[in-house]
Amino acid sequence: MNKTRSLLSGFTVAFAILLFTILFGLGNGLLNTFDTAFVDDAANSIFINSGQTSKASNGLQAGRQIQFENKDQEWIEEEFGDKVQYITSRIYLNVTATFRNEKSSYSVRAVNPDHQYLENTKVNYGRYINESDIKNKTKVVVIGRLVEEDLFLKTTAIGKYINLNGIQYKVVGVFSDDGGDREERLIYMPVTTAQQIYGNNQHIDQINLTYNPDLNFDAAISFSNMLTRKLKDRFLVSQNDQRAIRVRNLANDSKAIGQMTLGINIMILVIGFGTLIAGVVGISNMMIFIVKERTKEIGIRKALGASPKSIVSIILLESVLITVIAGFVGLVIGMGVVELAAPSLETYFIKEAGVETSIIIGATIVLIIAGAIAGYLPAKKASRIKPIVALRDD
Amino acid sequence: MLKINKIHKSYPIGDSSLHVLKGIDLSVEAGEMVAIMGSSGSGKSTLLNIIGMLDEADEGDYILDNVPIKNLTEKKAAIYRNKFLGFIFQSFNLINYKNALDNVALPLYYQGLKRKERIEKGLYHLEKVGLKNWAHHLPNELSGGQKQRVAIARALAANPKLLLADEPTGALDTKTSHEIMDFIQSLNDEGKTILMVTHEEDIAQMCKRIVRLKDGVIIEDVFVEQVRASQYV
Repeated sequence: MNKTRSLLSGFTVAFAILLFTILFGLGNGLLNTFDTAFVDDAANSIFINSGQTSKASNGLQAGRQIQFENKDQEWIEEEFGDKVQYITSRIYLNVTATFRNEKSSYSVRAVNPDHQYLENTKVNYGRYINESDIKNKTKVVVIGRLVEEDLFLKTTAIGKYINLNGIQYKVVGVFSDDGGDREERLIYMPVTTAQQIYGNNQHIDQINLTYNPDLNFDAAISFSNMLTRKLKDRFLVSQNDQRAIRVRNLANDSKAIGQMTLGINIMILVIGFGTLIAGVVGISNMMIFIVKERTKEIGIRKALGASPKSIVSIILLESVLITVIAGFVGLVIGMGVVELAAPSLETYFIKEAGVETSIIIGATIVLIIAGAIAGYLPAKKASRIKPIVALRDD
Repeated sequence: MLKINKIHKSYPIGDSSLHVLKGIDLSVEAGEMVAIMGSSGSGKSTLLNIIGMLDEADEGDYILDNVPIKNLTEKKAAIYRNKFLGFIFQSFNLINYKNALDNVALPLYYQGLKRKERIEKGLYHLEKVGLKNWAHHLPNELSGGQKQRVAIARALAANPKLLLADEPTGALDTKTSHEIMDFIQSLNDEGKTILMVTHEEDIAQMCKRIVRLKDGVIIEDVFVEQVRASQYV
């Protein structure tokens, strides 16, 4: 009788913890997915793109093409030197690359050395583009891991010459990138080399920079706003023109992700706690019955000299014990479920779902507190039992 | 040893109240063995409960071993009960999921004794009631007489100044009753003060003094020639 009741009430708590564990594991997986989706670029990145003016301004008509050049990048460095961490230009090209008999099409990014840090590029061997390449406009490239695989098959690419649209470039490095296969099929070359060979001008397609990581979120946003305003002035673009100069600050994105993360975590906590409260109420209810059942025993103990405190501790201990055991059963089952389901969940944007040790420790503490709360009122009630009432023979 | 003075006690019953004890005066010396007699409703159990600190008097004084028992907090009452009193009940009131030894050792636990000491003392008292070999049996494996003897061992364990027995033989047959009374008499012979509520005349005659209650007052208080229970055993 007593055992069935303990089991049933314990089940509520076990279920609460089971639910919480599974939700938490899935939530974690979801957050892991977000994290990996954005590791490609440094979190403090700002991308600056140009386009056609959409509004007439300063006596100039709409529809004017805005073109960045090297001097614009230098101007940003001079104007905002203390706020800029890394800065690079980008020129996009599409090439057909050949090495011996292998041939394939790739995207080329012509960049500055800082690009390595902006894109979180890992150089596997060889080196990245350096300042001397920029100055001397050397014909060197750094190729992605998969480009090497495609063209050089099993051999090493370093030191060999690769043909891009008929011009020979020396491979000086091979890199990998967490951003995925697409990122590892890229070829990097010095921006100045590309400018000389493919146009003999100073044109830049895009400017990327990272702001000083010491800047907090608000300072980062105000920096990018200031940058936008000054760039628009520099190119005589209306401040209301949203198309001519576009500045994208990842701080905005990471804030959105941060809020989403917070939202998901709060939701999980609310659901978990809600169910836990239901479990606590169930256990509390059962403890009232247990106290009723043990009224006589409590009376005997009091007649023998049990203090109210010792009666409270008997009931509290029982309540905490039931809660913790039930909770652990839920935790173990929940972790098993998450562990088993994790691999098949990758398809649904849930990556490496799992529960950390800190959560297990946290859950244990929460369970002990929950058990104590569940037992408190019944225990208080038990301690107020009058031995004379309890011992009355019925 | 025990002195009560003009004790009054009423219980509310609906709108009116029932006056159960109407000014009881009683004093008991160390080493006495007193039977409190009376028909049901005479107030004998209420008197025992007040003496046992399970209930509190509305009026009057109660002094136990020179300690005035008044305005007790729950905690203090617990300490006094543990230190001064041993209870023997009609229905034994053993804790049924604890074995005989654990039941006997329980008052010692509330005295804060170490486990080893509790077991040692518990076994000593079980031996005294002749149940050492039954130490690890649960109450439901014992006969009525054995249960009451475990209960007596428990009452003795804390070495109380006063033993209070509420119809100690009420649930036992005549033969077992005499065995238990024989044992209680031997405790009294050793010097224990014993106060017992009973409605059986022959049991009362085995005490040294009989206090008769009727309608909440003492109508008779006499010393009697003790009938030894051993002659029936």
